[in-house]
Amino acid sequence: MSASTTELETLIGKPWKKPPFIKRPWLRWLLALGFVAYLIAAFLTIEVNWSRVYEGLTRGKAFVLAFTSPDFTTRSSDIYDGMLESIIMTVAASVVGIGISIPIALGAARNVAPLPIYLVCRGIIAVSRALQEIIVAILLVAIFGFGPLAGFLTLSFATIGFLSKLLAEDIESMDRVQAEAIKASGAKWLQWINYGVQPQVMPRLIGLSMYRLDINFRESAILGLVGAGGIGATLNTAFDRYEYDTAAAILILIIVIVMALEYLSGIIRARVQ
Amino acid sequence: MLRLEKLVKTYKTGDQALQAVDMEIPEGQVMALIGPSGAGKSTLIRCINRLVEPTSGNVYLGETELTGLSSGALRRERRRMGMIFQEYALVERLTVMENVLSGRLGYVGFWRSFLRKYPQSDVDEAFRLLDRVDLAHMADKRADELSGGQRQRVGICRALIQNPALLLVDEPTASLDPKTSRQIMRLICELCKERGLAAIINIHDVALAQMFVQRVVGLRFGAIEFDGPPDALTPDVLTTIYGEEDWEATIEKVDDDDIEAAE
Repeated sequence: MSASTTELETLIGKPWKKPPFIKRPWLRWLLALGFVAYLIAAFLTIEVNWSRVYEGLTRGKAFVLAFTSPDFTTRSSDIYDGMLESIIMTVAASVVGIGISIPIALGAARNVAPLPIYLVCRGIIAVSRALQEIIVAILLVAIFGFGPLAGFLTLSFATIGFLSKLLAEDIESMDRVQAEAIKASGAKWLQWINYGVQPQVMPRLIGLSMYRLDINFRESAILGLVGAGGIGATLNTAFDRYEYDTAAAILILIIVIVMALEYLSGIIRARVQ
Repeated sequence: MLRLEKLVKTYKTGDQALQAVDMEIPEGQVMALIGPSGAGKSTLIRCINRLVEPTSGNVYLGETELTGLSSGALRRERRRMGMIFQEYALVERLTVMENVLSGRLGYVGFWRSFLRKYPQSDVDEAFRLLDRVDLAHMADKRADELSGGQRQRVGICRALIQNPALLLVDEPTASLDPKTSRQIMRLICELCKERGLAAIINIHDVALAQMFVQRVVGLRFGAIEFDGPPDALTPDVLTTIYGEEDWEATIEKVDDDDIEAAE
């Protein structure tokens, strides 16, 4: 008792500070100074060709000004076809991708799947996430030729990595006891998933699916640049012809559709919560 | 009816939760399992329906030995053991009715349960049970809209619709107020009597246990320290189970307001 009293006396009247994350002061300062030095050095290596920037400014200005007079009409049939192709590609890829993602997510959740299945499913997710969409698209365009089929396959493949990983994490963090209660009633495995797991992860699944639909649509605009079809192909052509007013029209349409999807997903998520 | 033989559970961390527990519960007996936190009460009842796999020993439910069963046979035996949980463990995003009917999952096929097309007899029984606990009007409410006492009553319906021979009850009153705690304990004990069920009730509240059960078993460090009628729980006995403390207030017949303090 008395020992703690004297200890208390040494503490009383002194200010208190949160213990630093890095305990050794010299190491703390070394890391901070090193970071600043690196930042300065990095900025010094950036070479800016000011005359080139000056030339480019006029082109940039033309591009930005095109947004004030977007041309929806001249290439309207191209835009319409491209848009339709993109939407079909997006919806098809999202449905197929999500359908494949759900079983893989179950397999990739350690509290649901046994170890061998877990490792296989985590492997599939790792491969899907490691390969960037553009790289997959270039490969698939090489295999299947130009057109939306390559885009559809690319987006489906990318959806698996994204959705399975995030859904698996949600399954892993679910309330164990609710699922345990279903198991205790003598439920079979599928019934256990349907009653004990699914209700807990459903809002997250729907939210992620909507988000992925949104991503897939935006990606479909990029994939056209490497020949995988959709509105991106139309956009690419417009840029190649320096038709900035048509390009602006396409970009505006993409922005409107993405915002509409965002609004829609907000409503749906609020409903299912 | 239920017999445990030398039941041992050692967790991977090396903690010995149960050390060779022997116990027998005759048909229709309601037993309270008391003991300090970490004494192995939860582990004991989870080892019976194998939500926790026992390390060694045997569990006999009637004539059937449970620890050696295949997963299919275990599922069939689990139907005979209804479980009621601490914090209710209802599936919160399902309706009250779905939660009650989930007690029938061991009896119906996957597609029937998936499409929520339960046999009429199951639906009727669910409504009868909900009516028995005064919740028939809440059938289509979502479980997370209910109060604690209501949720636990749904949990009781879910366990009973399994048509069990034994109830495993884990801290049924842990998060309820003193009055609701009494009501829930009374309800569980009444239902056991009506249906001739045996029950093991894990409970922290010694006074509450004494009020309702016919037999008390005290667990300490995974071993049985006491086994007898509720009025044999003297201060000395409680000291051997829980350690030194003034027990007089706990054993006296207490008022509602004192029940929580007596924990």
